[in-house]
Amino acid sequence: MSWETVIGLEVHVQLSTLSKLFSGTSTKFGAEPNTQANIYDLALPGTLPVMNEAALEMAVRFGLAIDAEIGKKSVFDRKNYFYPDLPKGYQVSQLHFPIVGPGSLTITMEDGTEKVIGVTRAHMEEDAGKSLHEDFHGMSGIDLNRAGTPLLEIVSEPDLRNAKEAVAYLKKLHSIIRYLDISDGNMAQGSMRCDANVSIRQEGDPELGTRTEIKNINSFRFVEKAINYEVMRQREILEDGGRIVQETRLYDSDLDETRSMRSKEVANDYRYFPEPDLLPIVIDEEYIEAIRTSLPELPDQKSERFAAEFGLNPYDAGVLVSSREMAEYFERVVEICGDAKLSANWVTGELLALLNKNNWEFPDSPISADRLGTLIARIKDNTISGKIAKTVFETMIEDQDEVDTIIENKGLKQVTDSGEIENLIDEVIVSNPDQVQQFRDGKEAVFGYLVGQAMKLSKGKANPAQVNQILRDKLK
Amino acid sequence: MMAAKTIAELARALRDGETSSVELTRHYLDRINQVNSKLNAYITVCEEQALAQAAAADLRLADGETNPVCGIPLAHKDIFCTQGITTSCGSRMLANFVAPYNATVVDKFNAAGAVMLGKTNMDEFAMGSSNETSYFGPVRNPWDTNRVAGGSSGGSAAAVAADLCVMATGTDTGGSIRQPAAFCGITGFKPSYGRISRWGMIAFASSLDQAGPICKSAEDAAIMMNVMAGLDPKDSTSVDLAVPDYTADLEQALNGLRIGLPRQHFAEGLNPEVEQAVRDGLKEFEKLGATLVDIDLPNNHLSVSAYYVVAPAEASANLSRYDGVRYGYRCDNPIDLEDMYKRTRSEGFGDEVKRRILVGTYALSAGFYDAYYRKAQQIRRLIKQDFLDAFQQVDVIIGPTSPHTAFELGAKSDPVAMYLEDIYTIAVNLAGLPGISIPAGFINGMPVGMHMVAGDFEEARLLNVAHQFQRATDWHLQQPELKTTESAA
Repeated sequence: MSWETVIGLEVHVQLSTLSKLFSGTSTKFGAEPNTQANIYDLALPGTLPVMNEAALEMAVRFGLAIDAEIGKKSVFDRKNYFYPDLPKGYQVSQLHFPIVGPGSLTITMEDGTEKVIGVTRAHMEEDAGKSLHEDFHGMSGIDLNRAGTPLLEIVSEPDLRNAKEAVAYLKKLHSIIRYLDISDGNMAQGSMRCDANVSIRQEGDPELGTRTEIKNINSFRFVEKAINYEVMRQREILEDGGRIVQETRLYDSDLDETRSMRSKEVANDYRYFPEPDLLPIVIDEEYIEAIRTSLPELPDQKSERFAAEFGLNPYDAGVLVSSREMAEYFERVVEICGDAKLSANWVTGELLALLNKNNWEFPDSPISADRLGTLIARIKDNTISGKIAKTVFETMIEDQDEVDTIIENKGLKQVTDSGEIENLIDEVIVSNPDQVQQFRDGKEAVFGYLVGQAMKLSKGKANPAQVNQILRDKLK
Repeated sequence: MMAAKTIAELARALRDGETSSVELTRHYLDRINQVNSKLNAYITVCEEQALAQAAAADLRLADGETNPVCGIPLAHKDIFCTQGITTSCGSRMLANFVAPYNATVVDKFNAAGAVMLGKTNMDEFAMGSSNETSYFGPVRNPWDTNRVAGGSSGGSAAAVAADLCVMATGTDTGGSIRQPAAFCGITGFKPSYGRISRWGMIAFASSLDQAGPICKSAEDAAIMMNVMAGLDPKDSTSVDLAVPDYTADLEQALNGLRIGLPRQHFAEGLNPEVEQAVRDGLKEFEKLGATLVDIDLPNNHLSVSAYYVVAPAEASANLSRYDGVRYGYRCDNPIDLEDMYKRTRSEGFGDEVKRRILVGTYALSAGFYDAYYRKAQQIRRLIKQDFLDAFQQVDVIIGPTSPHTAFELGAKSDPVAMYLEDIYTIAVNLAGLPGISIPAGFINGMPVGMHMVAGDFEEARLLNVAHQFQRATDWHLQQPELKTTESAA
């Protein structure tokens, strides 16, 4: 039997406003429990919400970035349920009239194929607090610092067909929100959270299978693992003649499995109705246009420009624009050294490996774009060879001196004095009479060996092109 | 005993040096001490704070303060949060709740120099029309202590009528200012929705709740409106409209005023003596140059039904926060979370509140939403349209506030009969319009209220019409003797 997987993602993005969605309380992460909750956040009687305009603008920015319809009139609703970390007993969200309507984004797979993924909608809502079940001797603690933090819930169409596509979609969303500067997208801290709706069906079946919803998966890697586990679980059930139960499941990364949380069939009736404490948000074309004009260059546009302007292949361009910081770093390097291809190789190669190895972000890099640009410039102007450049690069991690100072101090400057190179080559010819003879007898392959000997003798500092030229002249 | 005086009169007396705010405040505190036990109008009296405020007001008056409410003793309905002083909302649930903030209305009276004597009794969470649902016991009517004061702002109305304060605040979701004002023979004014901030006013039904003045005359209502009205950045539903001086147009003559009499308000169910009193009042308006026009409010009969879907629906969510987790009542020794929720809410809320939470929860449930909530909202638009059509023909609409005078305590045990108490007032809340009840006569010693409605934000016009009536009549000057009649039953 051939199965097709159908995945839709609901992604909650914490908007990086300074204050909460409906109160003036700070949203800063990591404060002492319950120090960032004011009388509205605590749902004291008589308190009322006031919409945070910055959150609205961020939501509209996102909508425009995915070419979505923007809700000219969007309405907040109350979603009713009881839980101790939900102080009002209802969450203010948007049901029928979300701020962002249908839109789409394009994902690129590793093999270079592209796919357009539909976004059904995105709406604003307030976050709940946190319930802490450990450390309270059989009781639960409530931390309301997060209660009321603005979220943008982004709902995809069920257009994703495997875990890799789901991860690519999630990474693309991550990249877009970071470019737009509307969220830090930090999955570990919960500022980007993902629920996956997963079902499988027989290939060609027009009907969707019964889905399960996997909650709160907190890394890209876990998204892939959780979906793969769930697809396997559903296959086994269906192939054994069983039936999928529509339910919410939790991914346990320690055991690498999903398990049932609660059955949707007995789930809450949320009794949505329009929030009477807030008027509908009405925005006009002028407001939308002002935001559209202020949008930064987005990953897709930047990637196209990199390809056109710098002659990069689509894959390199795609890697470089995946993070705004990397793209900006790269552009600065090119500006300094003037060689896009070399810059791309160094940024996506040596530098990215260094950052990944140490878990550093671009702003943490010990090698600034200016220094890396200078290093590449020294390869270009033949001050050092590419190979020596790697040694210099290693030194630059620890040593904050200027690139030229490091090259000077370490005596790594390339030997370009033809007299000096002639001496080296004379020595090589004298020491390798057999190979010299073989070459003269027409064995071209030996030439490389002799160049290598000359380079070795110069401790890699001799200019390889000059070595080539002079050696060939001398062997004539 | 000093004769009951209005804000306007006392503001003059304070400036003429006839009395001081401290003297006035002592006088009212004494009266409360003597009389409140008969009426149960106050839940909390704050003597010390009141005297301190009065002393501060006297300094301001000596400094030439011009705001007429400066130094005037005031009572707040116990639905307005007052920093450091219990705000119970008439409920066991909040009997121990002390807010760390003031309602905007409270802040505004404080800023103007008014003196808060205390917090008045009310139906629990403002749900009731007789003040019998209060956790603190019913308020009694100063005209006959065997009868109800009306509700839900019964404590404020009784306190003003019995001269236990000069002025009081109230809130009106379906008639909760106007009906008790009618029953107690005083003036109660509900402004347009959005005119006064709801910040710090404990929510019953957010799209209907509106604060307003309860006082002795339309002129006093205008003076209080000058303090209370205005945009509040903390209440997104408050309106950004210039606030006029509500006292400026009070003396305007009523020549040419067109008064609409809704046929539906002079129909079956109306006590004939109440009808007669209102019709006598209308004759006064004719003498003042007004003309009377019969009008229709064709969807009026749907207003109570629509209201009892919308208001409980909103209330069911508004009251979810009372869960025993963060403040207010919590049951003893809960076994687990569910037990805490169940017992806290079962023990903390009274029957009427529970009834409305159940009705509202049901109306919003999946499968019933369209039939109830959505339908009720559609009816609400029809009702508003009825008024808009009527105001094409007339300037104000006048009728009775209530079908009868105040009834005896315990007389209405059927909830639906109680809901029908607000049959003339409820549509005004659904439409968001301003309405006022003023005294228009007596039947067997019990006051009759006349109800007047104007178009959106035409508060000044309404106060002008009411004031002109009060210049021509003296019903509003009558004072109760706090007598107790034998029960008729």
